[in-house]
Amino acid sequence: MSRYRIAVHIVPRRGILDPQGKTVADALHTLGFGGVRDVHVGRHIVVELEARDQAAAEQSTRDMCERLLANPVTEDFEIASVEAT
Amino acid sequence: MKFGIVTFPGSNCDYDAYQAVVEKLGEDATFLWHKDHDLHESDVIVLPGGFSYGDYLRAGAIARFSPVMQDVIGFAKRGGPVLAICNGFQIACEAGLLPGALLRNASLKFVCETVRLRIETTDTMFTNRYERGAVLRIPIAHGDGRYTADDATLDRLEGEGRVVFRYLGGPGDADEWWSPNGSMRSIAGIVNDAGNVLGMMPHPERAVDPLLGSEDGLGIFESMLARVTA
Repeated sequence: MSRYRIAVHIVPRRGILDPQGKTVADALHTLGFGGVRDVHVGRHIVVELEARDQAAAEQSTRDMCERLLANPVTEDFEIASVEAT
Repeated sequence: MKFGIVTFPGSNCDYDAYQAVVEKLGEDATFLWHKDHDLHESDVIVLPGGFSYGDYLRAGAIARFSPVMQDVIGFAKRGGPVLAICNGFQIACEAGLLPGALLRNASLKFVCETVRLRIETTDTMFTNRYERGAVLRIPIAHGDGRYTADDATLDRLEGEGRVVFRYLGGPGDADEWWSPNGSMRSIAGIVNDAGNVLGMMPHPERAVDPLLGSEDGLGIFESMLARVTA
């Protein structure tokens, strides 16, 4: 078994009202960042786990996202980085 | 008739539900501990309001996997009545007992006020003691109450008469949909396809006595009593 450190990004699905993202975008406009078109606020989750190999570690993390870490009704997730530790 | 009221770490409306059942309805109630696999032969399960597991990750996301919930899910799938209020509604959605999800209020603010609800259907085990179209005054208190589902799900809920409550605007405009939290189609409460699980954000257990400002919520408990003991 090897140890991995996997980071996951979870964001509101496109098209679903994201009031938090909109509020942050408005604040950025106020600060003069006029080029900001849209902001989405989600979660960044880091999982440290043991697995047979990297593929197994990634598959396990995807299962975690589907069952608990992300809400399949309203959120999308992606594995942002995988690091062997 | 016995109501089993689940207590999760962070539940805070379990005692309100208990008082409503025991003192106002005059029926039995018992608390069900989240770590147990025992529903104590309850006839009805109440998933009460609160902040189970601190709303960590998402409201209801952790509670949904607690030991007692595996029994509650089995109970619901066998047709057992489940009244899921506020955090209970969030848990029921996370558990897949009800479609959709409850997201952060569009205002980003916690809302705590008495709202007006319209009874959209009396053809449920939870609303048979009301008149269709009746308007209730019941409090809400939540930060994550924005009911969200895809259009196909919303159309199906409406087509099958499963939208039970809608929020109404201010006095005098009873036909105007309104939403204190940004809920799609002003939805405040829905039932599952079998009709035995009701999820609602407003708190009927806090509106069971004139001293509380309203007793409009008692009819939900009376409706369940009428149906379950029939």
